[in-house]
Amino acid sequence: MRIKLEKRPEPSRLMLVITPIASVLLTMLVGVVVFDALGIDGQRAVVDIFLTPLLASYKWQDVAVKAAPLIIIGLGLSIGNRANVWNIGAEGQYIIGALCAAGIGIAAGTSGGPFIMVLMVLAGIAGGSAWASVPAVLKTRLGVNEILSSLMFTYVALQVLSYLVGGPWKDPNGRNFPATAPLTADQALPLLPFTSVHLGVGVALVLPFLFWLLMSKSVFGYQIRVVGSAPNAARHGGFDSNQTVWLAMLIGGGMAGLAGALEFAGALKTINLGFPSGYGFTAIIVSFLGRLHPIGVLIAGIVLAVTYVGGQVAQTTVHIPNATAGIFQAMMLFFILASDIFVRYRVRFIPAAKSAPAAGE
Amino acid sequence: MQTNPIPRLELTGITKRFPGVLANDNVGFSVLPGEIHALLGENGAGKSTLVKMIYGIMQPDAGQIRWNGAPVTVQNPKAARKLGIGMVFQHFSLFDAMTVLENIALGLDANLPQRELEAKIRAVMQQYRLLLDPHRTVSTLSVGERQRIEIVRALLLNPSLLIMDEPTSVLTPQEVEQLFVVLRKLASEGCSILYISHKLHEIKALCDTATILRGGKLVDTCDPKVETSRSMAEKMIGAGLKEIKKVAGRTFGQERMIVNRLSVPGIGPFGISLHDINFEVKAGEIFGIAGVAGNGQNALLLALSGEVPSDDADAITVDGARVGTLSAKQRRLKGMASVPEERNGHAAVPEFTLSDNTILTARDRLHMVSGGLIRSGMAKTYAGEVITSFAVKALGPGATAGSLSGGNLQKYIMGREIMQKPSVLVVSQPTWGVDAGAAAAIHQALVDLAGQGSAIVVISQDLDELLSLCDTLAVINGGRLSKPMQVAEADINEIGLLMGGIHGDTSAVAPERAHAH
Repeated sequence: MRIKLEKRPEPSRLMLVITPIASVLLTMLVGVVVFDALGIDGQRAVVDIFLTPLLASYKWQDVAVKAAPLIIIGLGLSIGNRANVWNIGAEGQYIIGALCAAGIGIAAGTSGGPFIMVLMVLAGIAGGSAWASVPAVLKTRLGVNEILSSLMFTYVALQVLSYLVGGPWKDPNGRNFPATAPLTADQALPLLPFTSVHLGVGVALVLPFLFWLLMSKSVFGYQIRVVGSAPNAARHGGFDSNQTVWLAMLIGGGMAGLAGALEFAGALKTINLGFPSGYGFTAIIVSFLGRLHPIGVLIAGIVLAVTYVGGQVAQTTVHIPNATAGIFQAMMLFFILASDIFVRYRVRFIPAAKSAPAAGE
Repeated sequence: MQTNPIPRLELTGITKRFPGVLANDNVGFSVLPGEIHALLGENGAGKSTLVKMIYGIMQPDAGQIRWNGAPVTVQNPKAARKLGIGMVFQHFSLFDAMTVLENIALGLDANLPQRELEAKIRAVMQQYRLLLDPHRTVSTLSVGERQRIEIVRALLLNPSLLIMDEPTSVLTPQEVEQLFVVLRKLASEGCSILYISHKLHEIKALCDTATILRGGKLVDTCDPKVETSRSMAEKMIGAGLKEIKKVAGRTFGQERMIVNRLSVPGIGPFGISLHDINFEVKAGEIFGIAGVAGNGQNALLLALSGEVPSDDADAITVDGARVGTLSAKQRRLKGMASVPEERNGHAAVPEFTLSDNTILTARDRLHMVSGGLIRSGMAKTYAGEVITSFAVKALGPGATAGSLSGGNLQKYIMGREIMQKPSVLVVSQPTWGVDAGAAAAIHQALVDLAGQGSAIVVISQDLDELLSLCDTLAVINGGRLSKPMQVAEADINEIGLLMGGIHGDTSAVAPERAHAH
């Protein structure tokens, strides 16, 4: 018997939905096996990482707050990924966005209110876009690969962060800790009463639907889809490839910057050296697990947020390091990328051919 | 028939199924030693699939291959070569930056010392008069010369069956004659030749037997010397041939497109650059550009469509508007439309629906966009109109472009452009890989569009197509365009020489009037 991959006449819509779900389930299954082999209660670890945050209602707020930046960044990256513009530097754009928002907060002194909040958010978007525009210039002018340049710029952003929070922007009343002064109560984004759920979560819930409209109904969305599927056809249709690179980078950077500003102004209210928590990288997984579809990204963002929260749960229950969540996230990405083939191909089992003398062997 | 010799190759009941199509349905024929056997059929008739199974690239789902009387399973091309089967593909696998010798060495299964190999190559070249310097770099060779490399590579293995897949599609008429001399010599020495083509006059001139396929099924095995071109064509197509209906005594209007000293640098180290291209097309005129593949046709299409704009605004004029520096989108708004050679991924996006594919080129001229949003209802209606008007076989505007057959997709793309009523239409290879029925429909649509006063440029490697379709003809060679000539007065020998790169004096060649098929 032989196994053969056969091209489908049309990409399977069913597989488009099934493969991400199967990837998550497979990740859990492999997790159980691997942790059992390591002598850790694998079943317990997987349950704690994937299910406890969903079953325990007191964890829901945590999940929502963690999902918000993942969804927002994931949406921006999905646009780039669709157009084959690979922005790997969302983490850096997220940091710069947060720093720009913090700059507004510091400049505002004690004054606050909606005006300052809007200004902080806009500064975040502008900062993220500006950071992403450097790889865009390098790509369109000099042909520099944006994967490398955007990733390298993340490390530059980290240096900027440590310079600012350890130097000019260090909180004068902060007992010399490298951190900015916390936002005042009327500078921070409003919370849902009695919870830690801030306005950014609301933004993360609304944006996917806006992006959905943008991608499916607008000429811009069409341009992004054509450039990604068939660059030559895009050129034939009169879409400029450099313009596409620019738009994809600016939107990806802007969304990452927005997420950074919201995380700062909504959840943390201060920036310290621990501010970068890998959301910018995890959002790459969110974008692919969500099949680059805005609504898929919304769901995938929640799934990944669950593993973040679950990783902390498992730390205390089965005493495995927090990095375990990262292993699970990476496994998900591997499985989703590997299972991509089933969307375009189907597997056929062919009974062994009748044996005839083979020629010339 | 005298005593029946054992056939060199005998196929019985060969069946091959792909998802959605039966590529070969119970096909059987045999090739005798020293016979030149034609495998005739339209694009999509299953010829390529059949030879791929003989050469071991694919395995048949059912049926038997006998080699010199013994049943065999050809596992892979290496096994086929070991049996004595050589193949020359339509698309060459040569590295441009390497020499002839290096290319041949790379394609051989055995590892020979270079000097020994060179001696062998020279011997084969001498024997069959396939003249070529083994130390020349491939990028400097013409397409005909490149084909000789592939033939030499196949002959080095002393094959007893040589498969030639559409060998003349890239050759000038003179090169075709030279190739036939080589093939006849090979056959006289006992080598069988399986000659795949859809060009009937070549098969009549060269082959002893012809096997005709249509829709994956065997239609007939006949003697091409006895059959007429027309009778074979009808077997191949399965219906009577349609002639293009042209209004007699047409007159042309004003110049609609003027190309003036258009030069474009080549892309990449082996890209063809265009030098000083000049021509003009009048309203109602169909202007043909002939030439062997790889002589700048792609660059010319990109330059004319606006995908690669020129630095000089005056290089191209459409209805008096200087469009040389404009982009493809802007040129469309000036009334220009184009259809590139490659359907999938250039003229259309295979993953997109037909409806979405109309947005690609028709969005601005047909106002399918308002306020940055796509009016998908209009796109769907237009796609439906194209499907009906051009008899495209598709499930509807919601079918993906990739699910259509080549001919149907080409009809759809041509329809999408023609129904926008462009003032100038530039098309490249409009019927490449398209079945005869669709080709006739496309030709008729082009003639009708010209009849409505549009200027049309057809870039094609199929000289027969250009001679029957066009009013005026020029030849592109090495990125330079010859002087245009009236098709009615054209001399096929002169065209052939121009295609081969010989310009100017052709008085030595006996004139032969061009004939339209």
